[in-house]
Amino acid sequence: MGSWFDYTINGLIIGNIYALLAVGLALIFGVSHLINFAQGSIYTVGAYIGWTCVTYLHTPLPVTMLIVLAGCALLGIAIERIGLRPLAGAARIAPLLATIGIGLVLDQVLQLIFTPDPRALPDPLPGWRIPVGGGTIGAMDLLIAAIGLVSGAVLFVFLRYTKLGWAVRATALDRDAARQMGVDTDAVNRTVFAIAGALGGLSGLMVGMYYNHIDTAMSFQATLKGVVAQVIGGMGSVPGAILGSLLLGLIESWGVALFGSSYRNLFAFALLLLILVLRPNGLFASSRQAPPEPLTGTFIAPSRAIRVPPWVVVACALGAAALPLVPNIPYALQTLTNGWLYAILALSLTLVAGTVGQISLGHAGFLAIGAYASALLALDLNVPVVVAVPVAGVITAILGTALIFPAFRLRGHYVSIATLGVGEIVGLVILNWESLTRGPIGVTGIPPLPLDSVEGAYWISLGLLVGLALLQVRLVGSHLGRAFRAIRDDDVAARAYGISLNRYKGLAFAVGGFAAGISGAVTAHLYSYINYETFTSQISILALTMVILGGLGNIPGAIVGAVALIGLPELFRATAEWRMLIYGITLLLLIRFRPQGLLGTV
Amino acid sequence: MTELLRLRGVQRRFGGVVAVNGVDLVFREGELLSVIGPNGAGKTTLFNLITGIDVPDAGRIEFDGTDITRAAPERIAALGLARTFQHGRVFANMSVRDNVLVGAHTRLDLVRHAPRWIGPLTELLLALVQPPGVVRQQAALEAELREILALFGERLLPRLDDPAFSLSYANRRRVEIARALALRPRLLLLDEPTAGMNETETAEMLDIIRQLKARGMSILLIEHKLDLVMRLSDRVVVMDDGVKIAEGPPAAVRNDPRVVEAYLGHRAVGEVVG
Repeated sequence: MGSWFDYTINGLIIGNIYALLAVGLALIFGVSHLINFAQGSIYTVGAYIGWTCVTYLHTPLPVTMLIVLAGCALLGIAIERIGLRPLAGAARIAPLLATIGIGLVLDQVLQLIFTPDPRALPDPLPGWRIPVGGGTIGAMDLLIAAIGLVSGAVLFVFLRYTKLGWAVRATALDRDAARQMGVDTDAVNRTVFAIAGALGGLSGLMVGMYYNHIDTAMSFQATLKGVVAQVIGGMGSVPGAILGSLLLGLIESWGVALFGSSYRNLFAFALLLLILVLRPNGLFASSRQAPPEPLTGTFIAPSRAIRVPPWVVVACALGAAALPLVPNIPYALQTLTNGWLYAILALSLTLVAGTVGQISLGHAGFLAIGAYASALLALDLNVPVVVAVPVAGVITAILGTALIFPAFRLRGHYVSIATLGVGEIVGLVILNWESLTRGPIGVTGIPPLPLDSVEGAYWISLGLLVGLALLQVRLVGSHLGRAFRAIRDDDVAARAYGISLNRYKGLAFAVGGFAAGISGAVTAHLYSYINYETFTSQISILALTMVILGGLGNIPGAIVGAVALIGLPELFRATAEWRMLIYGITLLLLIRFRPQGLLGTV
Repeated sequence: MTELLRLRGVQRRFGGVVAVNGVDLVFREGELLSVIGPNGAGKTTLFNLITGIDVPDAGRIEFDGTDITRAAPERIAALGLARTFQHGRVFANMSVRDNVLVGAHTRLDLVRHAPRWIGPLTELLLALVQPPGVVRQQAALEAELREILALFGERLLPRLDDPAFSLSYANRRRVEIARALALRPRLLLLDEPTAGMNETETAEMLDIIRQLKARGMSILLIEHKLDLVMRLSDRVVVMDDGVKIAEGPPAAVRNDPRVVEAYLGHRAVGEVVG
């Protein structure tokens, strides 16, 4: 029984930490209908500010906490000013993508300053533990619980009894009406981001001390946990966020007790999908309530696409095909091969996110399915590579569509959250299903592609890209293209004209899954080694940046975007950290200044 | 005339508000029936319930003898019901041509004759292969498209390849009607087709609806401009607070004391003058 008590306490403590994240997310969502994907990065920044204070300034804990609160509040305000306010008139999903970009930039800056090596962040509290009912409670547990309670109380008083708190609540209910009544909604936004930043940073500091460990890669998981907690409690609801966080903490902790710690996140994301499918308005909302309307609306920036003359396309393709005849450029060929494989992924994503308007943030999961399917077919069943790759494409099409299927009834931001969750689930299943996937060790000795040379890989990837691109051009030019774009522009009107969302979203994800699966499969045979971390969520974000760079839904654009983002950093010989930073900044600049991309949306 | 649509005791609540409260309605083929009533009377909710965008809490809706009370909107569209939307819902980033062609979606052979279960796959395959039958139907639709747009004179034809977001408000409403006609509806539901239109445009719309009626099209119309309603309708249904308060030929309804009271009792005093 004792250990159960400990797991429960642990669950509540973790829940408390999630609550600090989720409350900030809920406030921001309530006021501006935005999921702040940079929240986890603020949390990491908070942890590192704390670490710097403790290590270099030797500040006592209360001072450290105050510095973290102030620093992260300022960061929150800066994010609002840079990321959100300039996008006031843009499509709903633009600020969401902006916060993803900001998060990426913050993480990479941290990594450049502090290196990716983990740091210890010891807590200065006394080491005693009070034995309670068979378990124990330590000083850190009490501190976190106290911070949770105090922040909750302060927030309640602020929202309930101060003028600014009223303004926040009024803005959350009806932004336009509040503005007409003289509420300074910019000030409200600023306040909300400051509070969210402060609480997020504090949360990071607490987690760092609780585990005595911080690193620069912890942002993403933190954001996800905050979002999951918020979805459980109902988007935009502060009490819901707190309850959802505690529930998530408990379920994770009990799940760990039953199945082991590598299952922790799997529980969180399975719960996320379950809630999104069964009760998209959260556990505490009434079930027949329609999902909040502001989440709809398309991301596509109205534009007229630039038409690339066919002879230019043919010339480019021929030029690309002839490139290996130039002697002694293996490095350029390898880079371009990588570029072609990314271009196939971008093709897939531009169909799903651009043509059908389902902004998928989990596309790397498709790569992983394709890669593992092909590698395991070739290794375990001795299927020839030539057969394994297309079969892997089909497997990805089926499995990927089935996984995303529950999210077909969702819209707007919810689709992004759900696909993000699906992407994570794929990685976690690969990690935990050891009998099939070899678990954390990964798959080694994957047989190479048939033409086992630099030129061979180049030609194979290019050929696949050209073939799949032509297929997609034909597809989008048919009645299916119309149906897809109708769903994107207005899914209610589309249904009223006989277009079944399940059927056509399913087709789009199947076609997209096929292409992404092939890209992943070829990558696996090229690398000869893959593991569950080969295809991270950063690849999903990178693919989305490529697609936006080229112009959403634009097929030549996707290829141009992929080759540009893979090729240009190579020209400058950028290191991995700098490269991700460049991608983050590119994404931010694009959303702000050219949302229609280089070649225009279609 | 045969009965096309029948509503029995249809009810829909939103929280404490009963938007549509036990409405019965019979609509016969070839008829033009107008639904009028003050703002918030439940007219648009009624349309949403008929077209499957919303589901009633009680009651039954039949279209040509088929129960469609809980049917999905896409199925109802396939049965031949087409509608326009109150505030206009064109596909903003698609061309006028593509907007109207989406209207013909349910008529495409490769959609209609798709086998069960593997239907989506055969549809995908045919879309990629584009066999002669598919190409032929596409060409026929292209011709039909021009015919439909000709109904609106030179308003839309020169803008065939323009994206819908670049059109004027009135033109977007016209695109919506063209899209509905491309479905070859057995019943056409028009939700305030002249909202936001000036007098010339309204007169033009009146003429278009009259032409459609002359062709034998069955039309269910929501409209605020009573003048238009009185001139077009075979029958008028008046709703107030979710309840049907009167029904009959335009002249009879116009002088019904309950109708006058419904209008004068509300803010919308001016509308009865129409």
